Amino acid sequence: MWDYSDKVKEHFFNPKNAGAVVNANATGEVGSISCGDALRLTLKVDENTEIILDAGFQTFGCGSAIASSSVLTEIIKGMTIDEALNVTNQDIANHLEGLPPEKMHCSVMGREALHAAIANYRGEEWQDDHEEGALICKCFAIDAVMIEEMVWANKLRTVEDVTNFTKAGGGCASCHEDIEAILEKVLAEKGEKFDYDAAPTKPAVTPEVKLPLTNLQRIKKIEQVLDSLRPSLMADGGDVELVEVIGNTAYVNMTGACNGCQMAAMTIAGIQQRLMEVLGEFIKVVPASEMSKLVSIGA
Amino acid sequence: MTAIYLDNNATTKVDRAVVDAMIPYFLEQYGNPSSIHSFADGVAKGLKHARQHVQALIGCEHDSEIIFTSCGTEANTTAILSAIKAQPNKKEIITTTVEHPAILAVCEALEKDGYTIHRMPVDRAGRLNLDAYKKLLSDHVALVTVMWANNETGTIFPVAAMAELAHAAGVMFHTDAVQAVGKIPMMLQDTKIDMLSISGHKLHAPKGIGVLYLRRGTRYRPLLRGGHQERGRRAGTENTAAIIGLGKACELALEHIEYENTHVKAMRDRLERGITEQISHCFITGDMNNRLPNTTDIAFEYIEGEAILMLLNKAGIAASSGSACTSGSLEPSHVMRAMDIPYTAAHGTIRFSFSRYNTLHEVDEVLKVMPSVVATLRKLSPYWEGEGPVVHPEQAFKPTFA
Ligand SMILES: Cc1ncc(COP(=O)(O)O)c(C=O)c1O
Repeated sequence: MWDYSDKVKEHFFNPKNAGAVVNANATGEVGSISCGDALRLTLKVDENTEIILDAGFQTFGCGSAIASSSVLTEIIKGMTIDEALNVTNQDIANHLEGLPPEKMHCSVMGREALHAAIANYRGEEWQDDHEEGALICKCFAIDAVMIEEMVWANKLRTVEDVTNFTKAGGGCASCHEDIEAILEKVLAEKGEKFDYDAAPTKPAVTPEVKLPLTNLQRIKKIEQVLDSLRPSLMADGGDVELVEVIGNTAYVNMTGACNGCQMAAMTIAGIQQRLMEVLGEFIKVVPASEMSKLVSIGA
Repeated sequence: MTAIYLDNNATTKVDRAVVDAMIPYFLEQYGNPSSIHSFADGVAKGLKHARQHVQALIGCEHDSEIIFTSCGTEANTTAILSAIKAQPNKKEIITTTVEHPAILAVCEALEKDGYTIHRMPVDRAGRLNLDAYKKLLSDHVALVTVMWANNETGTIFPVAAMAELAHAAGVMFHTDAVQAVGKIPMMLQDTKIDMLSISGHKLHAPKGIGVLYLRRGTRYRPLLRGGHQERGRRAGTENTAAIIGLGKACELALEHIEYENTHVKAMRDRLERGITEQISHCFITGDMNNRLPNTTDIAFEYIEGEAILMLLNKAGIAASSGSACTSGSLEPSHVMRAMDIPYTAAHGTIRFSFSRYNTLHEVDEVLKVMPSVVATLRKLSPYWEGEGPVVHPEQAFKPTFA
């Protein structure tokens, strides 16, 4: 059976806020028909403060679907709906102390139910923005739909291309046969033929050093990358500053126009992507403001 | 309370007598059966006895028709690949939609190589249409491969009759009998079955030992070539201890086959009756009148199988489910889909599979627990309200599906 965390078991065996909220003024119903998970989330929102006073769930689904629903209601109670909209599926998974990759979709379902409920409260129509396919890469939890889209959009031709663009197949490599099957299918749809021996279309990201980087090397390289990105940030009136590197986490300060702007999160994601490409290892980029939290937890 | 094991179609406990029979082959008679010295001189004889016990259980004519393999999966793969290699001009295979992945995945791979795979559908009770089957038989077909009994529902297919039809049409016939051997009596020499797969761990032998029965005279190509073991039909030094264990397990299975079809069946029936009487909105899947004596697969509507299993496990009861979520795939069991079971029920199927080690007392324990497990989850379900499903459940709860 699954290796569920104690937190998942706790929420499954003793779910919080099960059942519909009486006098709810927001309802979200979502599900994944193929997986057989479905969730109804009901909220009682204070119309003046927009604070979520109460939340309840009804779930048809597996252990982690029930646990995700339960923890979601705990997370959002007391939040304003704007705050609640910032809750990501990763937050849900983190509160559960992690979910197996095959089960991450349960947390996605939770986030979608929340968005659907808030849209319902605001009298809007909620549009589902993601389609889910069979899980291909278990190391990085990448599904078939995602890979197909990337193959289409970026004209990928080899397994290596797919790994470079999606990370899929970059871990244990067991899914390479499945990735080849997807390439074969998509390329056939485009009237092309999948060539097993083709060289990667895009230059492969070969890490320059085979040995793990020392922290000093890592910091130097990160600085180089930031320097190379700086001109385009400055063109937008912003800047970035490296504050600290701890393990594989780089803490940065976004300054100028980038500070707090809507684009900051996207910019950080872009920087992270670029750093991973150049360093050839996993790097997490985090705003330096997060560092104090880390320190206080550590203390 | 000691835990209750009702997952014997997944695998079984190794019988103590089987373990005892195996031990000398690890510690004393560990020689290679091909060697000529005192560490090996009992081994060849032991293997021969084991072969004869397998022969007796399935009722085949010659003990040389038994080929030991590493598992049921290997026996299945060997049968299919042998049939197509031995008949290179035949490019079609007939099978069913409800086979084990050990058949379906091989067929799928062959399909990519240009083979035509006919997957026969089943009806709501999991039965095949023999008229449709007859129409598929032709000179182009290399092999029919149809399971003897389904691992999820226990439904038995009429393989003897189907083998006759195949034989009359000049088509080779294989059956995956992994779930059937040891649970229902068989006499292969009276049939036209050409190949049959067995897996040791489903009948109280260890995991990692299997058999391919190969009727004398059937055209054959080995999967593994190398040494002369198994008369050159399956190279590789014999897994002697496991083969001895399988022999012992087959001997015991033959002794207990009547018990299986009376006492074990009675336990299964009592559980089934108790559950369907006490719990509303549940039903038995598969062909009620034509099933393995040890298996019941019950669909509990409006709740999900993995959640049921987790609560059962907490109560010390082991079973399994056709739910998507237990397997890590997104799809509910292909067997449930093939039978067109609605998804609100297909995801909530629980299989209880017995062995001769179970007791009536255990059945009663399960019956005590099951109603509250189902009630607990139904209380969480958006399709359920109070004592029953909401009115028009499919309309009352219409989630946006991703
Ligand atoms: C019908 C059927 N065929 C084949 C197998 C595979 O047997 P093994 O595990 O020995 O490879 C199983 C076991 O799960 C089975 O139930």
